[in-house]
Amino acid sequence: MSFNNPTRRGLLKTGAAASAALTLPTYLRADGHSGFTNAPQGSTVTLGFNVPQSGPYADEGADELRAYELAVEHLNGGGDGGLMNTFSSKALKGNGILGKKVEYVTGDTQTKSDAARASAKSMIEKDGAVMITGGSSSGVAVAVQALCQEAGVIFMAGLTHSNDTTGKDKRANGFRHFFNSYMSGAALAPVLANAYGTDRKAYHLTADYNWGYTTEEAVRSSTEAMGWETVNAVKTPLTQTDFSAYIAPVLQSGADTLVLNHYGGNMVNSLTNAVQFGLRDKQVNGKDFQIVVPLYSRLMAKGAGANVKGIFGSTNWHWSLTDEGSKAFVKSFGEKYGFPPSQAAHTCYVQALLYADAVERAGSFNPCAVVEALEGFEFDGMGNGKTLYRAEDHQCFKDVLVVKGKENPTSEFDLLEIVEITPVEQVTYAPDHPQFAGGSLGTCNPGA
Amino acid sequence: MDAILLQILNGLDKGSAYALIALGLTLIFGTLGVVNFAHGALFMIGAFCAVTFSKMLSFSHVVIDETQKDFLGNPLKVDVPYLYDWFGQATGDAIIDWAVPLSIIFTIPVMIAIGFIMERGLIKHFYKRPHADQILVTFGLAIVLQEVIKYFYGANPIPTPAPAAFAGSFDFGALLGFDPNTIIYPYWRLVYFAFAAVIIGAVFAFLQFTTFGMVVRAGMADRETVGLLGINIDKRFTIMFGIAAAVAGLAGVMYAPINSPNYHMGMDFLVLSFVVVVVGGMGSLPGAVLAGFLLGVLESFASMAVVLEFIPGINQIIIYLVAIIILLTRPRGLMGRAGVMED
Repeated sequence: MSFNNPTRRGLLKTGAAASAALTLPTYLRADGHSGFTNAPQGSTVTLGFNVPQSGPYADEGADELRAYELAVEHLNGGGDGGLMNTFSSKALKGNGILGKKVEYVTGDTQTKSDAARASAKSMIEKDGAVMITGGSSSGVAVAVQALCQEAGVIFMAGLTHSNDTTGKDKRANGFRHFFNSYMSGAALAPVLANAYGTDRKAYHLTADYNWGYTTEEAVRSSTEAMGWETVNAVKTPLTQTDFSAYIAPVLQSGADTLVLNHYGGNMVNSLTNAVQFGLRDKQVNGKDFQIVVPLYSRLMAKGAGANVKGIFGSTNWHWSLTDEGSKAFVKSFGEKYGFPPSQAAHTCYVQALLYADAVERAGSFNPCAVVEALEGFEFDGMGNGKTLYRAEDHQCFKDVLVVKGKENPTSEFDLLEIVEITPVEQVTYAPDHPQFAGGSLGTCNPGA
Repeated sequence: MDAILLQILNGLDKGSAYALIALGLTLIFGTLGVVNFAHGALFMIGAFCAVTFSKMLSFSHVVIDETQKDFLGNPLKVDVPYLYDWFGQATGDAIIDWAVPLSIIFTIPVMIAIGFIMERGLIKHFYKRPHADQILVTFGLAIVLQEVIKYFYGANPIPTPAPAAFAGSFDFGALLGFDPNTIIYPYWRLVYFAFAAVIIGAVFAFLQFTTFGMVVRAGMADRETVGLLGINIDKRFTIMFGIAAAVAGLAGVMYAPINSPNYHMGMDFLVLSFVVVVVGGMGSLPGAVLAGFLLGVLESFASMAVVLEFIPGINQIIIYLVAIIILLTRPRGLMGRAGVMED
């Protein structure tokens, strides 16, 4: 068949092929030849910020969203550039990502797995988000990570501390910058042994869900390795508000240390109750009674007020750090919003920049190219010192902060003081460590 | 033995809160015949009255302290409460320290007003509607109130400490001849229990020994006859709604130091309080109080490590389990009258 010599049969064939092409779904059409889900069209790219906007973690979610808005501003060349100035990779130029202006949509996780999956799905399918990020709970992170893997988009986890996010539930399309339960245990144990001695009897109260279990396991194994004994570990319902029934028997057990594997409202209430019971004024086994909160969050510590004074815990990042990256971030965030950023805001901001940088370096939004660019990526200048995105489990390895509730705070933000910056070597573990066993990354999924 | 005594003590203060909320619920149900799902929200608003009053007491002006720096390296802005200027720092601190007990004076009129507005503005339009409609509208109202509080105060809990004089705990063990530290109980929770006992006593005395109370009780028994005697029973019932709201509010104010108030604390108590009302017997005031304490103590027992080892998870279902057993064996509740809610 040639155009010089049209035939009836030829015309029919061409017509049929053309109409078949027109009826194909968008992502199989010739103009969508990118071969991956939600390839950005035109001059913009859409990111999906999935944070708790309602429910008990709404304040933390609001801080995450502030951080993302700041990151978008910086990526598009606005503001003072924030961490882009101190970031060791210089791929980002302040002209969006790969020259495309960054736009965003937001979803409300409500800190419920099903709601978080629904909002992520809607952002991917309706709004064309090429990457989903955010969240304030491990349950949500694991659920959304699995969804993103199926949908063929990248998931940059927000605040999620359970070992399982990069342990048994890890996925090739998912990445976590935040630290985890194992790292908290490994960083805390030596500091606790130093402050309270190696002959301690610990009593654990553990929130009855995935994060609680992995945190209890991590803190138990690291403190027991230092010589501590665990006299009891009791699971408390996630919906519990009054912990008096769980705290009252602690002194009877002969324990001299209480470990509260609680987060959010649970932590605020259990710590407040423990202090009310006067545990910290007691002497047991000839030692002062002590309380430990493995995962601290400044936003949450605020709810416990003066009760946090002198209590040890760990955190991913704190605004009082004095490295150039932290200072730059506190400055841009503080000048824009009038108060210092939380650790949730920090990890979310960094995740957004890390994704953008990986796309720039890869030269493509294709999730598989982004995965390749992030795996084994070493960087610095983001507020946590030298950091590695480990290829085997997509977990960031960096220094961990051990903090203590401040005795004489000068403002409502000045609640925690840094006791020690635990070097990354001390919190690094083998990819097949028993606390992370099971599950595999699988292969990256570019989707369509 | 000491462990059992400890859990009984523990159950008492939780029971006090259940009993106070259930008492208000029963008052409203008994007088107006309305199942008020917004009652938990009234408890929450009570707690936020304590928060608001503390904030009002520590209302401050900014003084720039050149010697200290804020997080951006600028001179630190220090908030100085006006109370310091008026009474000196020591007296000012003492007043702020006693904010929670003082806020009772502020809470009572506020809660009565809220109760009044709620009843006149919304709930009275639902008296003749089925219970299902009443439940839906009051539940909706509870969500609205909750979101309003969240809008103004945020989602995080707000620490509202008790006066320093009540910090720490009392060693009952030493008093009763057990080893020291075996039975300890925070002072503030003892205060809460005593406070609840006083409020419950006052409500009963009011209903039992005043003419107003007598009319209200007569109205609860037979509304029509009281109306035929020329008494405006509706007006009295509206006042009872205000009183019920004040009881829930006072329960909330004094609870604020036990758990930092947050916007959904009302919902946490609401469902349990309904179970308390049902177990106690719909419309029975002594039943509500008895069931409140009973379930509080049972819940504490179920949270004991020894019990949990035998029956894991019992702490989460004990109250509902008791409710099922009571409803199967004695559907009218522990002290309920025959005929209530059975038509």
